Amino acid sequence: MALVDPGASLPSPRRADRPGALIEMRGIERTYYMGDNVVRALAGVDLTIERGASIAIMGQSGSGKSTMMNILGCLDQPTKGTYALDGRDVSRLSRAELASVRGRMIGFVFQSFNLLSRTTALENVEMPLLYQGLSSRVRRARAEAALERVGLHNRGDHTPNQLSGGQQQRVAIARALVCEAPIIMADEPTGNLDTRTSYEVMAILQGLVAQGITVVLVTHEPDIAAYARRVVTLRDGLVTEDRTQTPVIAGGSMAGDAAAHAAEQAAAAAAGAHP
Amino acid sequence: MNLLTTLRLAFRALWRNKIRTFLTMLGIVFGIGAVIAMVAAGQGAQQSVKDVFDSLGTNVLSVESGGATSFGASGGAGSRASVTWKDFAALQSGEIPTIRWVAPLLTTKSQVASEQGNWNTSVTGTNAIWFQIRNWKTTQGDTFDQDTGEASAKVVVLGSTVATQLFPNANPVGQAIRIAGQPYEVLGVLESKGQGPMGDNDDIVVIPYKTYEQKLAKGLAKYVQGRVLVSMTDDEAADSTIAGITDLLREQHQLKATADDDFRVRNPAEFAKGQQDSTKRISWLLAIVAAVSLAVGGIGVMNIMLVSVIERTREIGIRMAVGATPKDVMTQFLVEALALSAVGGVLGLGVGYLGAYGMAHWIFKWKMFFPATTAAIAFGVSGGVGVLFGLYPAIRASQLDPITALRYES
Ligand SMILES: Nc1ncnc2c1ncn2[C@@H]1O[C@H](COP(=O)(O)OP(=O)(O)O)[C@@H](O)[C@H]1O
Ligand SMILES: [Mg+2]
Repeated sequence: MALVDPGASLPSPRRADRPGALIEMRGIERTYYMGDNVVRALAGVDLTIERGASIAIMGQSGSGKSTMMNILGCLDQPTKGTYALDGRDVSRLSRAELASVRGRMIGFVFQSFNLLSRTTALENVEMPLLYQGLSSRVRRARAEAALERVGLHNRGDHTPNQLSGGQQQRVAIARALVCEAPIIMADEPTGNLDTRTSYEVMAILQGLVAQGITVVLVTHEPDIAAYARRVVTLRDGLVTEDRTQTPVIAGGSMAGDAAAHAAEQAAAAAAGAHP
Repeated sequence: MNLLTTLRLAFRALWRNKIRTFLTMLGIVFGIGAVIAMVAAGQGAQQSVKDVFDSLGTNVLSVESGGATSFGASGGAGSRASVTWKDFAALQSGEIPTIRWVAPLLTTKSQVASEQGNWNTSVTGTNAIWFQIRNWKTTQGDTFDQDTGEASAKVVVLGSTVATQLFPNANPVGQAIRIAGQPYEVLGVLESKGQGPMGDNDDIVVIPYKTYEQKLAKGLAKYVQGRVLVSMTDDEAADSTIAGITDLLREQHQLKATADDDFRVRNPAEFAKGQQDSTKRISWLLAIVAAVSLAVGGIGVMNIMLVSVIERTREIGIRMAVGATPKDVMTQFLVEALALSAVGGVLGLGVGYLGAYGMAHWIFKWKMFFPATTAAIAFGVSGGVGVLFGLYPAIRASQLDPITALRYES
């Protein structure tokens, strides 16, 4: 286990005082071979993401965003280049090691929610904890707390088909949060949502940034990228633009939703601190 | 992931497709059922043979009046009495060297009574040798000795069941009981031999055969009103002893060369062996049924698990994304296959019980044998089938690529 940096297993890598960037990619390439066809989905990407960042990865369809996110999220490995996550080189790990890195470090939010059907919201949120070897009591308590953070504490016993799209995505966010992972990767999280519920979801994600969680957003919509502080644009597998902006603040439309309100406040505060 | 949670997940997944789960289990159910029935039949055969020896003694032949019919058919009521006490004496005479002991065995049902109780039991008239042939000892008092056995003394040795019935809270030895109205003195109480093929071995009273003839038998005292048990020096000698007895009795009865025997010599060991052979055939049949059912059941499990893996590709992707290792996924599907066949095994235990009961009751007509080990066998075999046939689907599931799995559209 020479690859294991002892620091990587510290329970709270989110702490802003840890040295070094959270994510360090150097010369990342990802090539797909399909018969004679060779697709260079990523053609040499360097990317550093600091702890607590709010970053959107933009680009047109086919530009390599999803490939990028898969590698960032340790679902896939680069063909070339190095990727250090929280100081640990994760670009050459086994499938099992990658799985455990994902479980500890990364929460995913997908465009299509990817909740287990016929399974309650609470159980969906509990699911990642199964693989952390926690007792059912602890799992339940943490899942309930996570649902509370997304304002769905009273929907725990609902199955996905009893929930609206926005609510389902919030359950998915709760699931991403439940392991206390320092990074949330969201691939087109609002792609299946209408404007109003997109807004709710972005408010929650902004609230998480305010709490120190690093949120990596993948989107092709400029409206959604506008909620992030930093926007990295990909084209043909290369970073063509990397800029910092003042994010648009989501919130307001969800009067009565405590979590979203809190998220709005937090996001506002965070925005005030970094003009 | 802990085992309990994994099991809960597995049962829930199976419960979601109740009908499919049930149909998949059927092969396992019948396979295990056949295994159980097979084990029970084997046990039953063993026990039944043991019972035959227990109730008659080992290395024993039985001689009685009547023509040659198969063992078990009644030679009593219709057949003409032919075996006499002279024949008995001839068997005892030492003329046939492989004969060790000879005992008469006269039996009837009669009412027995003490001051404290009343009971209907089987009365056996015999001599002292009989206790040796059956290797039957007393727990209280004594059996009758050589002389008493040959005398017409009104003495009795009680089987433990009768002792309990007639003397619920007293020592029977030295007490008086009545058999068919006549008073007898209790000499002793026999140790318990438990249940046998003909029922309770201990539901018996034993009196000297001469007393029996005088007090209980009707008909001419010339003939042995029952059977003669012949104990051999060793069981290898059965064939020659049977031949010897046949020659001796034919001569005694002055039968012409063309005449049929008017007596029968039977070897309980032969009977037991016959039963064992027929059990063996049925066991083989059941073994084939079991093997085929289990193979079909196992393939069914594998098939349904492969379908399940495909149906749940996205679920697998999601689980992997949130940190399930390939081993976690493999375990989940393996435990599911195991649960599927283990439940089949439990149902199969029920089916096997019914099968074993049916066989014991209708085919072999012996007692039901269903030792606790059969439950372990049901679990062991069904678990083995689950692992064997669940492994490949589980490995397939664990090798899915999370990205592809997450994109999978069902
Ligand atoms: N599994 C794959 N096999 C082959 N080519 C792929 C695969 N995934 C993505 N690609 C190709 O890589 C390029 C980048 O794809 P992707 O990362 O999905 O872009 P985006 O998410 O920005 O639309 C595209 O040309 C796409 O066709
Ligand atoms: Mg994409």
